[in-house]
Amino acid sequence: MTDATVSLPRPVPQGGSLFTLDGRVKRRNAAEARFRAYGMTAIVLALMALVWLLYSIFAAGLPAFQQTFVTMPVMLDPAVLDKNGNRDPADLAKVTTVGYSKVLAASFVAAAEAAGVDTGDLKPKDIAGLLSEESAATLRTQVLADPALIGQTIEFTALAGGRIDGYYKGRVTMASAKLDSNVKPEQLVLADALKAKGMLAQSFNAGFLTMPDASDKRPEAAGLGVAIVGSFYMMIVVLVLSLPIGVAASIYLEEFAPKNRLTDIIEVNIANLAAVPSIVYGILGLAVFINFGGLPQSAPIVGGLVLTLMTLPRIIIPTRAALNAVPPSIRDAALGVGASKLQSVFHHVLPLAMPGILTGTIIGLAQALGETAPLLLIGMVAFVRDFPGALPGGLFDPAAALPVQVYNWTQRGDPGFVERASGAIIVLLGFLLIMNAVAIFLRRKFERRW
Amino acid sequence: MTNGILVLIVLALAAAAYALARRRSLAAVDGDIRKLHSLPGHHGQTALLFTAVPALLLMALWLLVQPMAIDARVSGMIADSDVPEGSSRGLVMADVRRIGDGLDRIVVRNGSSEEAIASMRADISDVRSLLAEVGVALGSNVGNSVFTAAKAYRGMKRTGQLGMTAAVLALAVAGLGFGLSRIRPDYRARNASERFVTGLLIASSLIAILTTLGIVASLLFETLHFFRLYPASDFFFSTVWNPQFRGGSDLGIWPLLWGTLYVSLIALVVAVPVGLMSAIYLSEYASARMRAWVKPAIEILAGIPTIVYGLFALITVGPILRDYFAQPFGLGSSSSSVMTAGIVMGIMVIPFVSSLSDDIINAVPQSLRDGSLALGATPSETVRQVVFPAALPGIVGAILLAASRAIGETMIVVMGAGAAAKLSLNPFEAMTTVTVKIVSQLTGDTEFASPETLVAFALGLTLFVMTLALNVLALYIVRKYREQYE
Repeated sequence: MTDATVSLPRPVPQGGSLFTLDGRVKRRNAAEARFRAYGMTAIVLALMALVWLLYSIFAAGLPAFQQTFVTMPVMLDPAVLDKNGNRDPADLAKVTTVGYSKVLAASFVAAAEAAGVDTGDLKPKDIAGLLSEESAATLRTQVLADPALIGQTIEFTALAGGRIDGYYKGRVTMASAKLDSNVKPEQLVLADALKAKGMLAQSFNAGFLTMPDASDKRPEAAGLGVAIVGSFYMMIVVLVLSLPIGVAASIYLEEFAPKNRLTDIIEVNIANLAAVPSIVYGILGLAVFINFGGLPQSAPIVGGLVLTLMTLPRIIIPTRAALNAVPPSIRDAALGVGASKLQSVFHHVLPLAMPGILTGTIIGLAQALGETAPLLLIGMVAFVRDFPGALPGGLFDPAAALPVQVYNWTQRGDPGFVERASGAIIVLLGFLLIMNAVAIFLRRKFERRW
Repeated sequence: MTNGILVLIVLALAAAAYALARRRSLAAVDGDIRKLHSLPGHHGQTALLFTAVPALLLMALWLLVQPMAIDARVSGMIADSDVPEGSSRGLVMADVRRIGDGLDRIVVRNGSSEEAIASMRADISDVRSLLAEVGVALGSNVGNSVFTAAKAYRGMKRTGQLGMTAAVLALAVAGLGFGLSRIRPDYRARNASERFVTGLLIASSLIAILTTLGIVASLLFETLHFFRLYPASDFFFSTVWNPQFRGGSDLGIWPLLWGTLYVSLIALVVAVPVGLMSAIYLSEYASARMRAWVKPAIEILAGIPTIVYGLFALITVGPILRDYFAQPFGLGSSSSSVMTAGIVMGIMVIPFVSSLSDDIINAVPQSLRDGSLALGATPSETVRQVVFPAALPGIVGAILLAASRAIGETMIVVMGAGAAAKLSLNPFEAMTTVTVKIVSQLTGDTEFASPETLVAFALGLTLFVMTLALNVLALYIVRKYREQYE
């Protein structure tokens, strides 16, 4: 058979054989190979960009989930913490974190000596400098919650300072410590000695997910608690508003709208709204909700409303596609047995289109969750340490949002915040991954093809 | 009574209306359901809608109008002498609102009687420390007219709240009565409730138009306000951007536009070849297996939030470009530069180019390819000379859409491009864009009287018009092209 194909009559190129390629064919084949290589290169470049992006974020951010802690016995000295000796909460509250940091420092120095660590010629102040300033506040909260602790010796886990933490993450070295006014190389030596004794150790940093933001000097204490709650509140607002409105609008446009000018205007409008830059929605929110409507700045309700307006077109478009995919025979059958137009839609078409609608909604929500620019304009960049209240009143309290928290941290001076910002992105990407996985699962499980 | 409880009461009334209407319709025909035109459930639905919808609409409207009405009346009460130098009536009004809310908290916390509050005077009692106790911090001592205004504000707010509660409840009850009174065996409740629901559906779809109107109105209104304070000719034709918060700023848009276009150009130079070639490879050469893996992987790039790209520019791309390109060649020493933002934005835009081009290339009829291959053209010759020209209008549309994305992008340029407004050709210098300046002029304290703040609205309008024009053009081209083969 191969003979037959080869021996088919063909026009033989002049002055040569089919089996020896002439220059022109070679050039054309080389061009073909080059073209393929360009395509392959483009794909490899695009995928490498993705890998590079993810790698750089994860490499910078994973250390944020590990934190250096110092564990030690702390003697809660009544002479400092409760001078009157009456355990009166009002008197106790007058002792500020300064008092507690003294107690903490004294116990730390004592514990280091008890463990037989050579502190060299470091002053007690420098030894205490190994601890985060935040730990005194933590200790104070703990004591105020349970005044009976005063006078006892408790086992206390304190955050190590940002520079010490950075030393174990490779951000701070002996050489850089010499130039840094915030840390001395001797302190790092001491930290190593404490680590050898087991007083200082790295462990999983749960506080990163639960604690509120911390001030500029304390990257080690900064957490995402408020931001996660704020983002969650906003997503609730977006879901509650945009799903019903989006579905209602899609049903009208897909099932009821007559072909007229108004319908055309609405459709063009929605297509264009989907492409309006997100920052323009921020300007809208600032002008309409805050200046005109008098809603508070930095509140999840405003963020939720702005994101709702932004998400609506992105929900309407897939919802219309899902409704459109339900075959007309379903509608005809419903109408044929006496259902009204509305009943045919609500009882039959809508349930069948639901998986597609939910998928579109979740993807819209995921986009809204990662959106930053409009939130900057409505004051979500504010420094918020207090958790917003419970729903629904908490919607009007100031809060942060995950992506804005990332931006916020990148604007701070301490290099420890770069790690925090990247860690926050990992958390954000984690949420997005979960949402998209749910969307894909819904689509795979419930999608029907007619 | 808080608004939440009011909503709950209205909803409870609506639920009651449903149950009552059902029972009443059944009673009207002595339980013989065949004599009813509509099912009892339809009667219930109609009554429910008549009860809930008008009442809730009234409430929403009231909540929208009340603050404006109160503000207008209260701000007239503040004496001019109590508006501090360099401050404005708007800021004093914010104080008035905070004092009013603080007084409410004093009543709740200290159990002070209303008379005690009414007899308080700013010049006699120490209002400031009293308010500080309940967590309302005032910058300075308040003038007496401000304090009187605050008390009036509080009074009006309470009256307004009471009035709203009464009106909303009355309307809900009236709706309930009206709904119930119309129940007769031959009442077409199904048609009535469906007309009502259709109305709600139309209202939902009009929100899209309202949003556009809101965007256009807020941008236009504040832009006109801006042009009254700052000459439009300077804004459009000056090449200096130098805002001063003491006045006398130069607010020319050209340095910002130049930065925006320069960054977008670099982004397109990165994204178009990569996106287009990968689209061609995926649609013309790749096996189905490879396509199934690579296409979603590239589209992940579109699903990553822009803040991630911003951070990527800030901590990775910027320092690399500075250390290995800009500094060795003496081109600049800043890690944020047009190049940084452009490259990262290019990566972000790749999937927009590739996905859309892929769809468009796939829409080119197979017969064109078969014809070309049958004439002896190699696959790449087919792509370059047949498929690509046929898909060109659509690809141009895709590139325009990508450009509009790039122009409107904010976080990457905020974190990667820098803040210096410059007209320079060196891509390794920090420059700034329209979106960066919108963010920097509007974050922090926003006082809506100075041209330095209002310019952000003019910039926003410029941005809106540019992206809208690009989108309309792109959609027009794409649509026109699609019609050729369908």
